[in-house]
Amino acid sequence: MRVTETWYLTLSAVLFAIGFVGVLVRRNPLVMFMSLELMLNAVNVSFVAFANKLDDIAGQTAVFFVLVVAAAEVVVGLSIVVAVMRRRPSMTADDLRSLKG
Amino acid sequence: MVDVIVFVVAGLVVLAGALGVVLNSNPVRSALSLVASFFGVAILFVLQEAHFLALVQVVVYAGAIVVLFLFVIMLLGVDEVEDLSVEPLAGQRIGGVVAGVAVLAFLLGGLFLSGKGGDEGAVAVTGTESVTQPIDETQPNIDNLAADLFGRNVLAFEATALLLTIATVGAVVLVRNAGAEDLSVDEPGRAER
Repeated sequence: MRVTETWYLTLSAVLFAIGFVGVLVRRNPLVMFMSLELMLNAVNVSFVAFANKLDDIAGQTAVFFVLVVAAAEVVVGLSIVVAVMRRRPSMTADDLRSLKG
Repeated sequence: MVDVIVFVVAGLVVLAGALGVVLNSNPVRSALSLVASFFGVAILFVLQEAHFLALVQVVVYAGAIVVLFLFVIMLLGVDEVEDLSVEPLAGQRIGGVVAGVAVLAFLLGGLFLSGKGGDEGAVAVTGTESVTQPIDETQPNIDNLAADLFGRNVLAFEATALLLTIATVGAVVLVRNAGAEDLSVDEPGRAER
């Protein structure tokens, strides 16, 4: 018995679904962000699995770019959360509607 | 056989961490579960010979991003336990779980049913094996990655530098507090400011 790419893709699908449920169910915007990171990680796992399976380094390059974009996204998203939470300390995701001009 | 054991252990850590993120009522515990999940993913990267990405996963994700999360949690003082027993929006949890199961069924269906045409699953999804940038097994992983990153993708690499600069400037602008001394007061009349 050896580990095939199907194992990685199955794990990736389950991880993606857990993150998806987290984004839909939780109301704390910070936890929603963390669930978003879980979904990004699930995609990264499948990228690397395909890079390994198809003998192509481009999958790993894609993971590199996903990492950079995720870092930028977290910085901007958390600063929005900080800006809103200063006004409403017990914010939920619904209070983000106060961003509307 | 050893890689099966490593995969199972790392996979369990990944999934347990992910469930911990979603199910914990305390945001700090969620963030620490996230670290466990990221470490598990890093182990999976090592298992697939993606050594550089495993390193970056630990340094950037488990290090920088989670520290940023914890910093914001502590800065805002929102580390109190959220009451998960009440459901403010009726049907949100049921709907969310149903949608999640639907997504899972969709992904697994694509994975396991796509091989029916005779080809093996992964190849059937993505086409034939790629020869655009084959992995040179004699070179270290980081050399392979660098050759692709600074060869075909050098323009995209430069664009990420621009993206990070824009994100930094945007974060500074968003959290800057200049000229807004009364942010603690939530006056509806000042909305036009």
